[in-house]
Amino acid sequence: MSSPDTDTLAADAPASDEAAADEAAEALADRLRAALGDALVESCTRRATHWIRVRRDGWADLAGRLRDDEGFKFFNFLSAIDWLPSPFGREMDSAVDNALSPPEPAGPAEIATGAAGGDSRFQLLARVNDPATGRSVIAKTDLPDDDLSAASWVPVYSGADWHEREAWEMFGIDFRGHPGLRHLYLPGEFEGHPLRKDYPLLARRVKPWPGLVDVEVLPEPDEPDRPDQGGASS
Amino acid sequence: MTVTERQQLSYIAAQAADARVNLEIETEGMTLNIGPQHPATHGTLRIVAKLDGEQVVSAEPVMGYMHRGYEKLAEVRTYPQVTTLINRIDWLGSFANEVPFILAAEQLMEVEAPPRAQWIRTILFELSRIANITLFLGDMAVQVGAITPVFFAFRDREHVLNQIEAVTGGRFHPNFDRIGGLKDDLPAGWIDETRQALRKIRSFCDQIEELVEGNEIFQARTRGIGVIPAEVGLSYGLTGANIRASGVDWDLRRDNPCGLVYDQVDWKVWTHPDGDSFARFWVRLQETREATKIVDQLLDGIPAGPIMAKVPVIIKVPPGEACVETENPLGMMGYYVVSKGDLFPFRVKIRSASFSNVSITPWLLKGVYVPDIITILGSLYFILGDIDR
Repeated sequence: MSSPDTDTLAADAPASDEAAADEAAEALADRLRAALGDALVESCTRRATHWIRVRRDGWADLAGRLRDDEGFKFFNFLSAIDWLPSPFGREMDSAVDNALSPPEPAGPAEIATGAAGGDSRFQLLARVNDPATGRSVIAKTDLPDDDLSAASWVPVYSGADWHEREAWEMFGIDFRGHPGLRHLYLPGEFEGHPLRKDYPLLARRVKPWPGLVDVEVLPEPDEPDRPDQGGASS
Repeated sequence: MTVTERQQLSYIAAQAADARVNLEIETEGMTLNIGPQHPATHGTLRIVAKLDGEQVVSAEPVMGYMHRGYEKLAEVRTYPQVTTLINRIDWLGSFANEVPFILAAEQLMEVEAPPRAQWIRTILFELSRIANITLFLGDMAVQVGAITPVFFAFRDREHVLNQIEAVTGGRFHPNFDRIGGLKDDLPAGWIDETRQALRKIRSFCDQIEELVEGNEIFQARTRGIGVIPAEVGLSYGLTGANIRASGVDWDLRRDNPCGLVYDQVDWKVWTHPDGDSFARFWVRLQETREATKIVDQLLDGIPAGPIMAKVPVIIKVPPGEACVETENPLGMMGYYVVSKGDLFPFRVKIRSASFSNVSITPWLLKGVYVPDIITILGSLYFILGDIDR
């Protein structure tokens, strides 16, 4: 929004909503902390989204608590994030894109994790909702590099079945207690885990990306408002 | 009752029902391969069904025939370029795919689209819903052997596609949503034409109601078939009309509109208590009517003003994580976007509706008869691009 009046208006209304949401999230984190002990590592809210991070040994317990005690009946998704900065850098960009925004010089590949922190390369990520109240929470857990495995959520949320199969083939994460980890999308003889950052995007190697070929001109900032055609007045 | 208990019970019941017959005629189990190229699978979904007589013992969907790896591809594309990819997820309601991704990027950039853009976004969002579900309404009749309604569906969907094309230039892949607003404003005379198109859609809904809904054969083939209890549906991640047909009153348009202006109009969320194939059809029919009402009201009050907020020409999204979900034609669609402050997203997790909606089929198809596989799959309503991504 451009005008100062609307700015304050827009900022006021969500602020109270957000405060209420933050309070609810904090209360949820406290209840979970009481139930799980120090397995709950961190809880944070930003823009009305709530993240919690648990130790890996509390992952299965967390699912049960969320569904049975907290009413998060709806299973939204489960996936993973590979926090390793891509070792390929910007080498697969086209020359045109590089000219627009020159790639930063390759520094040491440090792993920086996002919301609710983390201390390993691979992080599991799952989201559950409560349809009755509209609450939702995103759960994360760190997986150590030498043992990429976690307890399966299938006994609690049946829908986790396919999501875990996808994470297994795309990231190489093993789920203990899953009824049948087999390929979901990729052919059976496929080698490697495509969504890992160190798995190159082979299509770009075969045929380089053409880059910016069609430039779209954005509207000028000072352009007068267009006449309202058939809006409220018609 | 937990899922596994119910699974076991339905299987035992199925076995017991056929045991006597099988004893007399000594049938053996057989494996039936449906698809990947079968009209009832809406693309290239393959279902391997193990049968005992006419009854399904186990059914296992096999997909990946159309997997395009959008999550990997999105990592090497700039934010505006990603919308071109995600247009192809649910190709019948493409504009609706773009919106949650753009909203997630806007959330990270702390940009808000001007009111006019929000209204037009919502209108186009609902028009793509109509274009998408119209086809389902005709197609569902085809699943039970009635051919005519699908021609009506294609005929009347065209009116809506024309309106989408008039604004965006694309019938199927608009690629029209931008971070901070929309690419362009509405063309002159569009609002009146859209009202006419909506009238045609409403009369199409009436036609479907007369032709299909009350039809005895249709009712016999769908009532009480493929019943999904709410609890089970939620644990499998079912969304959209599939879960509302099981009596769960949950619609993100009302509960978390998230940058779209559904709170400005008067409308209703339809639910059905039965949870069977018929309920899913009925809810979608009501939703199409409701969508025409939403668009009609929105057309009355489009605010004046710009359609783009001030955004830099080269879009770099500040570091952070955002998760935005919207109520798309097929169900809840969400993007989990991780940014590291670069031109490209660091990771994009696409939560597509059909993927979760279809994941219930191994449970749901257990114990049903072969012809019901077709109506159940039809009533779950999935788009292959939305499963395989």
